[in-house]
Amino acid sequence: MLEKRCEQILEKYYDEKGSVISILQDVQEAFGYIPEDVVFWFSDKLNVPASNFFGVTTFYAQFYLKPRGKNIITACCGTACHVRGASPMISRIRADLAIAEGEDTTYDGQFTFENIACVGACSIAPVLIVNKRVYGSMSPDKASKLLKDFEKGKG
Amino acid sequence: MAEKKKAESKAKTKRQKSTVKDLLIRVCFGTGGLAAGSQEVLEAFHREFDAHGVKANIEKKCVNITGCRGFCAKDVLVDVINNGDLATYQFVKPDMVSRIVEEHILSGRPVEEWLVGPDYHTFHDKQTKILLKQCGQIDPEDIDAYLGIGGYEGAKKALSLTPFEVIEEVKASGLRGRGGAGFLTGLKWEFCSMSKGTPKYIICNADEGDPGAFMDRSVIEGNPHSVLEGMLIGGYAIGAEHGYVYIRAEYPLAVARLAIAIGQAAEKGFLGKNIFGSGFDFDIKIKQGAGAFICGEETALIASIEGQRGMPRSKPPFPVNKGLWGKPTVINNVETLANLSTIITKGASWYADIGTERSKGTKVFALTGKIKNTGLIEVPMGISLKEIIYDIGGGMERNRKLKAVQTGGPSGGCIPASYINMPVDYESLTGIGSMMGSGGMVVMDDTTCMVDMSKFFLSFTQNESCGKCVPCRIGTKRMLEVLTRITEGKGKESDIELLVEIGTDIKLSSLCGLGQSAPNPVLSTIRFFRDEYEAHIKDGVCPAHVCKALRQYVVNIDLCKMCGKCFRVCPSGAITWEQKKKAMISKSKCVKCGACFEACPFNSIM
Repeated sequence: MLEKRCEQILEKYYDEKGSVISILQDVQEAFGYIPEDVVFWFSDKLNVPASNFFGVTTFYAQFYLKPRGKNIITACCGTACHVRGASPMISRIRADLAIAEGEDTTYDGQFTFENIACVGACSIAPVLIVNKRVYGSMSPDKASKLLKDFEKGKG
Repeated sequence: MAEKKKAESKAKTKRQKSTVKDLLIRVCFGTGGLAAGSQEVLEAFHREFDAHGVKANIEKKCVNITGCRGFCAKDVLVDVINNGDLATYQFVKPDMVSRIVEEHILSGRPVEEWLVGPDYHTFHDKQTKILLKQCGQIDPEDIDAYLGIGGYEGAKKALSLTPFEVIEEVKASGLRGRGGAGFLTGLKWEFCSMSKGTPKYIICNADEGDPGAFMDRSVIEGNPHSVLEGMLIGGYAIGAEHGYVYIRAEYPLAVARLAIAIGQAAEKGFLGKNIFGSGFDFDIKIKQGAGAFICGEETALIASIEGQRGMPRSKPPFPVNKGLWGKPTVINNVETLANLSTIITKGASWYADIGTERSKGTKVFALTGKIKNTGLIEVPMGISLKEIIYDIGGGMERNRKLKAVQTGGPSGGCIPASYINMPVDYESLTGIGSMMGSGGMVVMDDTTCMVDMSKFFLSFTQNESCGKCVPCRIGTKRMLEVLTRITEGKGKESDIELLVEIGTDIKLSSLCGLGQSAPNPVLSTIRFFRDEYEAHIKDGVCPAHVCKALRQYVVNIDLCKMCGKCFRVCPSGAITWEQKKKAMISKSKCVKCGACFEACPFNSIM
């Protein structure tokens, strides 16, 4: 199964020059993160050193080497969001979800919380994205309530 | 815009009309609109029309989607165009749709209280729209809508000229790169066209990484074909047969619309072989970024398209000589490209008439922060900050005092309120230590701490530093440490001089634009708001009450109106208040959360 997905991705990019990033993006789309053995598999097939793949993976913020939570919550940390109070919202969410310092996923794997530089929806700042849907004009209270809804079963 | 107003007053006089002949509903479908629930509003319209069997009285029913019209703070915005009369509704929710359909569409009486107010019109009327004109008017997912407004006419005309003539025209227009540095577009093209080596490439830089900027996103979401047309013109001028759009993966909607647009353009023969029978071939591919600010830098962007870590290299050789895969490459910003079709159709001299001596045309800004009307605006170069903030922006939020305007994002600086009459163009902004940048404009009031602001930008650039060169990698880290200690109340007297010294060194010795401009936010705030730094260090006070360790809240009893709002929000019971008595804050019980400061409507807590 795993191999079948990889074959499909390989076929798409086999002839393309400089496709490392595109491959990793597709791998992450398929598996939710970038499993180590998948990297070695591609490295083998494409004759590209695995270190290239890992170099790229660790350079770009978008790639994850660890599995992520069921619900992905992203807080925008852009200038407009910062000026309009993103920091109190972020600390509230981290406290609500009880995410440990230096971690980004809850213990039960339900939520992953991360920051993003800017989603470009500045006029509705502060912005929160839950599972790819954008929520604007947030506050600590609104964010708290939103996450409770997800916990209750919508998520 | 004047037409819009006229149309509205016309709508009022024709209220009694009951038969609907020609109806068009436009629902804003940009990122802002979608976040406010435009999908649900759109569905509600469909539902209502079905329920009322409106089909019988409507000859042409069309619920269209449009891109961002710039005023996202008022979303969901809905245009109802009834027999040519336009009315715009703001803050539309799905449950409001039935009344709009029943009263406005069926009975011909617009729902007055839900219509947009005068601020909607002043916001738009003061702008000069070239690029954004069609955003919010046409369906971005339909190429026929773009063709209907003269789309691809510019490319058609360009391809009938010689490449040399196209370059001369763009040079004469005085168009400068909208990505930040402001290099003359025509000149860049000329260098690339003279450069030896094939194939050549043209890249559209849509890696809009500046926090607080969303112009490129809106242009692509609202009118993706204008960007493709610009690339086609550019490709023809420099002799490139392949184009790439390098776009942030954080903009999923823009990526999707771009992909649709490329497909449609290829179907119509605007991309592919022998375009307009000129013998010129051109194709465009989308490359998605992977979340690295540095990839907005030309050479890092090229490395990223080649599938490597996005690290810049030293210039020269410039990309126009050695770019993608070592071949001559032109990299243009989204906004630059979107201007080209109009320049070619209307002519260079028409374009050069707009703007100032050295900065031509219009510029799109993302106006955000503590201002009443936030959104996307397009203004002629040389307009003053005052006009932007008070005329278009409608003034400060909660009528607080304007403190500064930040332009250019993490590479730019803060312009203090005293420079409010300064014209906005490339040279003036650079002159006072800021820059045009890609066009983020964040307005700050007296509740914004300038030290915290520079810390915010520096932690951003520090985080995004690729780590290749020492000054940027280590220098920004040291600067951030100093700033952090100042905001924690542990600053030393010598810290300001230290920041200036490190900052100047980083600017002089970094490899790429990121490092060379990273200290700008710090240096410009020290230049204009040195007293705030000193207050943090010497007096242990944060004048804006932002830095948590330095907060001390007291009630200014002269301003206190005894409303009790602060009392109700205080989580620690530190505020004593009774009806008709002024509030008081107990220092020992205060947890410095700032809730009372935010809640006070009279600015009496300081």
